[in-house]
Amino acid sequence: MHTKTIAQLLDLLNKRECSSVELTQIFLDRIKRYDKSLNCFITLTEEMALAAAAVEDQKRAKGQHQFLSGIPIAHKDIFCTQGVKTSCGSKMLDNFISPYDATVVKNFKEAGTILLGKTNMDEFAMGSSNETSYYGPVRNPWDLKAVAGGSSGGSAAAVAASLSPGSTGTDTGGSIRQPAALCNVTGLKPTYGRVSRYGMVAFASSLDQGGPLAKTAEDCALMLQAMAGVDLKDSTSLDKPVPNYCATLNASLEGVRIGIPKEFFQAGLHPEVEASVQEAIKVLEKLGAKIKPISLPNTGLAVPTYYVIAPAEASSNLSRFDGVRFGYRCHEPKNLDDLYKRSRTEGFGAEVKRRILIGTYVLSAGYFDAYYIQAQKVRKLITNDFQEAFREVDIILGPTTPTPAFNLGEKSNDPVSMYLCDIYTINVNLAGLPALSMPGGFVNNRPTGLQLIGNYFEEAKLLNVAHQFQQITDWHAKTPTIFEESLS
Amino acid sequence: MSIEWETVIGLEIHVQLMTKTKLFSGAATEYGAAPNVQACGIDIGLPGVLPVLNEAALTMAIKFGLSIGANIAHKSVFARKNYFYPDLPKGYQISQFEHPIVQGGSILFDLEGGARKHVNITRAHLEEDAGKSLHEDFDGFSGIDLNRAGIPLIEIVSEPELRSAKEAVAYLKAIHTLVRYLEISDGNMQEGSFRCDANVSIRPKGEAKLGTRAEIKNVNSFRFVEKAINYEINRQIDILENNGTITQETRLYDANKDETRSMRTKEEANDYRYFPDPDLLPVIVEKEFIERVRTTLPELPREKAERFAKDYALSVYDANVLTSTRELADFFEATLKASNGSEAKLCANWVMGELLGALNKTSLDISNSPISAERLAKLVERMSDKTISGKIAKSIFDKLWTSTDSVDEIIEKDGLKQVTDNSAIEAIIDKVIAENPTQTQDYKSGKDKLFGFFVGQVMKASQGKANPDLVNELLKQKLS
Repeated sequence: MHTKTIAQLLDLLNKRECSSVELTQIFLDRIKRYDKSLNCFITLTEEMALAAAAVEDQKRAKGQHQFLSGIPIAHKDIFCTQGVKTSCGSKMLDNFISPYDATVVKNFKEAGTILLGKTNMDEFAMGSSNETSYYGPVRNPWDLKAVAGGSSGGSAAAVAASLSPGSTGTDTGGSIRQPAALCNVTGLKPTYGRVSRYGMVAFASSLDQGGPLAKTAEDCALMLQAMAGVDLKDSTSLDKPVPNYCATLNASLEGVRIGIPKEFFQAGLHPEVEASVQEAIKVLEKLGAKIKPISLPNTGLAVPTYYVIAPAEASSNLSRFDGVRFGYRCHEPKNLDDLYKRSRTEGFGAEVKRRILIGTYVLSAGYFDAYYIQAQKVRKLITNDFQEAFREVDIILGPTTPTPAFNLGEKSNDPVSMYLCDIYTINVNLAGLPALSMPGGFVNNRPTGLQLIGNYFEEAKLLNVAHQFQQITDWHAKTPTIFEESLS
Repeated sequence: MSIEWETVIGLEIHVQLMTKTKLFSGAATEYGAAPNVQACGIDIGLPGVLPVLNEAALTMAIKFGLSIGANIAHKSVFARKNYFYPDLPKGYQISQFEHPIVQGGSILFDLEGGARKHVNITRAHLEEDAGKSLHEDFDGFSGIDLNRAGIPLIEIVSEPELRSAKEAVAYLKAIHTLVRYLEISDGNMQEGSFRCDANVSIRPKGEAKLGTRAEIKNVNSFRFVEKAINYEINRQIDILENNGTITQETRLYDANKDETRSMRTKEEANDYRYFPDPDLLPVIVEKEFIERVRTTLPELPREKAERFAKDYALSVYDANVLTSTRELADFFEATLKASNGSEAKLCANWVMGELLGALNKTSLDISNSPISAERLAKLVERMSDKTISGKIAKSIFDKLWTSTDSVDEIIEKDGLKQVTDNSAIEAIIDKVIAENPTQTQDYKSGKDKLFGFFVGQVMKASQGKANPDLVNELLKQKLS
């Protein structure tokens, strides 16, 4: 039961072959059994979940159900959830019970989903390995020595280990796609502005975007359907009609032009990851797609550009965590300065502090033009690269990450090498484009991901290509065997 | 040796806009609520919340810009001003930095003694207010009230073109009058709706280069602005004349001691790390929108004063007093209109004299005047048609203040109608002449001054009701 997709579970619920309470219990039991070794969840909302499931079952009996009624999911602990701890993976918010729901949370409630719990993440979404979490790292379900990726590591690992049929994540520089790739799940970062950021604890406001992680592209389509849409509470959300994402999943790929950027296949790319992309190209050609080599000449500038803009915004976004109104406050502050200094020193972890320092520096008088303004100019160049490319192709294909999952602790003392994990994903955020990562094979039993990048608001096209790919491949259907013991 | 110093002043005025809700949230803005009850999640900076611009505030800022002939930016940008303070919930204030909504513009106003002054305005930008720190009553702690956090302000920055404390106050008053005319602010200084920072420097007269300035923060009354600036000018002259140098710094005015004190020097100043707020898109204002706002502009104080002077043949002084608030001007015009063709000057005298005097005495506002424009108009009308004299009118005015009777009812009830019947007045005159033979004799033998004595006696005998013109005329006949 637990390995079924959301689409399959919906079918069972609709045919009354199982109830939402039963489903919810199955996943809660799996979490209790397996999460000790994985550490996907920061908070389990068991009572709330079972009560909500019972309500959804009643609604379904009366024919009043919504399109995702009764489906258990998990939210990344960055989404404010009313009455539930929303920690953002930080000691700073370990005591923070959100008094309100994020729009994404509200949308999923209204769609009838059941919240199993809140998933582990890198502190304030800053990290690519989930090792910066105050609650400890998430382990990769395929190999417990390996990282699950980050920052949505808990969300990706929970889906991979079938602890939840789907989960939400956020992606600022690759934080949905990279852990999706490393854990063998499908993850979608929508166009900037497609999904409301209201109630999503901000890391870098101009880059952050929420999206789904699930076993298949079809499940991502179902979840995105619930998430997407304009929100009057988010001035950066865009008022564009939301298409029916499932309706176009089966469109033919005949004549679809897929671009392969040469810059994604240079030094640093693991040869077996490259081989998996080449395999995928053959599959897509078989499906009728036309493959074209393209160039994104400014790809190499993406990481340094990102590490100016994202920390700049973060340094300001994280100023509100000052120990005055909510969150962590140091013990017996001597005066105001002491309150600020110790609350922030004790409440934030090392990576968060590093980025606040970088961000504060690049925004400072005398450095602002050389860093921040310059980075914005380069951002424009990177955006233009994509716009040039999309004149010739419909979709861009490449690897999601240069390598499969690395070992826990392997890069934690080398921030730059950690930052380079996001080399293929970051430029997408800088340009605000939608992109998807889907399973593409394994290297020594560790999964690798394929990344599809689309033009603005082309989520439906990405999901269509991924779904068609998943109809004739089975990488996405593979599950880590260590979590397949039956529960009796 | 004595150098003649020239004072250079520029003002930054913070005007609280009269919107119902805050600049970026739906919380109420009403003054005087219990602490923190008008602060929602957005105002207290909860994790995950986002700002949404209040269009009413934008419209008000545009209205101000149009009233000073400024350029309304097609594209303006909200920026974050970053600094830590407990009453600044997000750790940054959302303001406008490089691209303010209102750019340029100017204002013309009268100075004492009839001179006029023209001051250019650099810019006016929209920003949110911070909360309030309360340092008493918390036993070693400070209390934070965030009701004010997020309330919309416009900050109006003038060019350094003011040359004395008096000019600065006149400018401040002109802006104060203007924003109240535009109905974008209540201008209440006690409640902090209208406050000002003054940048003050001095330089030898004739010198083109500006001197080092001190910024005096947050002065909240016209009187204190004048005193603070004058104190600061004298302090700076003292320093320079004793071969000292002025430090660029922020100073605080202490009204109790009537002095300014250093708050922080330039070196201690914050680096605000301004950058465009990524949570808010640039504000694009289309021409059509600006033109729609323009149609809502009222007649401005300057235009109104000029019209009053011209159309009603009033002095510049009278016109300025009557147009000092929109309510007063409206009251005057309503009085004039209802007064059945009475002279504007007579209406003006009564509005500015008796009425404003009585309102001041009782600390009432023109909008709460116990005497309506219509009742005052009737009183003026009865003077114009000679039903009553000015003297009687004053006593009726006092009665109007406390009763709801109409002017005519009071005249009727108290028998105050002016006597205009020749025979009745003649009878009184005859009686007065008969009772004062000596004076009559003296007058007739050339003591002209005694004429006034006879007028007084006749008026007294008529209990003030005799028409003074008729009394004069008939007395002259009888005494000749």
